[in-house]
Amino acid sequence: MPSLKDLRLRIASVKSTQKITKAMQMVAAAKLKRAQEAAEAARPYAQRMASVIANLAKGASAAGGPRLIAGTGRDDVHLLVVMTSERGLCGGFNTNIVKLARSEIRRLRDAGKTVKILTIGKKGADALKRQYGPMIVGHIDLRGERVMNGDVAARVAGAVTDRFEAGEFDVATLVFARFKNVLTQVPTALQLIPAKAPDDAPTVDLGGARYIYEPSEAAILETLLPRYLSTQILSALLETQAGFSGAQMTAMDNATRNAGDMIRTLNLRYNRARQAQITKELIEIISGAEAL
Amino acid sequence: MAETLRFALVSPERELYSGDVEQVDAPGVEGEFGVLPRHAPFMTTLKSGVVRIREAGGVTAVFVRGGFADVTPDGLTILAEEAVRLADVDVSRLEQQIGDLRADASDPGDEARRGRAAERLKYLEALRAALPA
Repeated sequence: MPSLKDLRLRIASVKSTQKITKAMQMVAAAKLKRAQEAAEAARPYAQRMASVIANLAKGASAAGGPRLIAGTGRDDVHLLVVMTSERGLCGGFNTNIVKLARSEIRRLRDAGKTVKILTIGKKGADALKRQYGPMIVGHIDLRGERVMNGDVAARVAGAVTDRFEAGEFDVATLVFARFKNVLTQVPTALQLIPAKAPDDAPTVDLGGARYIYEPSEAAILETLLPRYLSTQILSALLETQAGFSGAQMTAMDNATRNAGDMIRTLNLRYNRARQAQITKELIEIISGAEAL
Repeated sequence: MAETLRFALVSPERELYSGDVEQVDAPGVEGEFGVLPRHAPFMTTLKSGVVRIREAGGVTAVFVRGGFADVTPDGLTILAEEAVRLADVDVSRLEQQIGDLRADASDPGDEARRGRAAERLKYLEALRAALPA
């Protein structure tokens, strides 16, 4: 049976923990709102871009096209770009992304492919380093970035395309969490290179007409494809940020509630113990008086 | 009522315009072009310049910095790298930014920074030139 003083100290400590989690929850909620707005504002561009690519890909001959869309013609070396958050305290957010990455790695290795890993975000790097250390070829640190914008996306896209140009891999897949709502983030694997238009991108029936390209089909593809890549990375970064804030908010909300429950139980025990002590003292006084 | 075409202008940050319009004039790399309803499928890269959107209510002018235009039987989509409505530009602030960047661009210290400032300056000066004095 803990003493009254011990109980008092524990209640105080849980209360201060609750204050911290409550504050973190509110900060996450504010960040979530901004991140969600940014992610939603970026969606129309990404969608339009996807349907333009889908139109182009339909018209472009796959074999003669640029390597970013046609691939290297091989399928041996895979690069997994694993995008997670820089910080923790967000429930299962990073764990779920890493879990998907692990199952992708296992699937590819079972198929006899070579797998290389590029990590973005500290949490994923830490989790994968233990098991797949030698396969990690690089890490991109985003701790210094306050806002995710085109420049950050261009840096990440550059790191991926440089490796591709150097012939380090044949296929690149991005593993990240798509933001569905505050409670749900869906871990997703998205093929970056060779560029593939999403299956649900609307394509247009040209009615037999041929596209006119200015200045030329090749020149357009050459500028459009790197932009497509960084657009996809940007939207993944924004979704990750929104998802992380959402997950953190939920986790901290739960923690605050748990702390509240704990304080209630501890208070009950404290009051009982206090009451028991008072009763005991009274009995001692009364029995002492009776004995006289 | 005149025939209309569906038009959307988006930048990575947001969707600036979406709706039915009568005509759109845009700055292609190989020259300005106008798009009317039932245009043939056409795709081009854009240079920096003004996109004019003509609709029943009048003309809206939007300044874009590079991008792509995609004309399909469905309509026209412009993917701009950066876009701003001319009516939303604050001239005095813009001029101050241009002044600041000029100072940055001639700053002998940091090479990378100078290059960035020069690029940004080119865009803002083009934007300034597109505005009425």
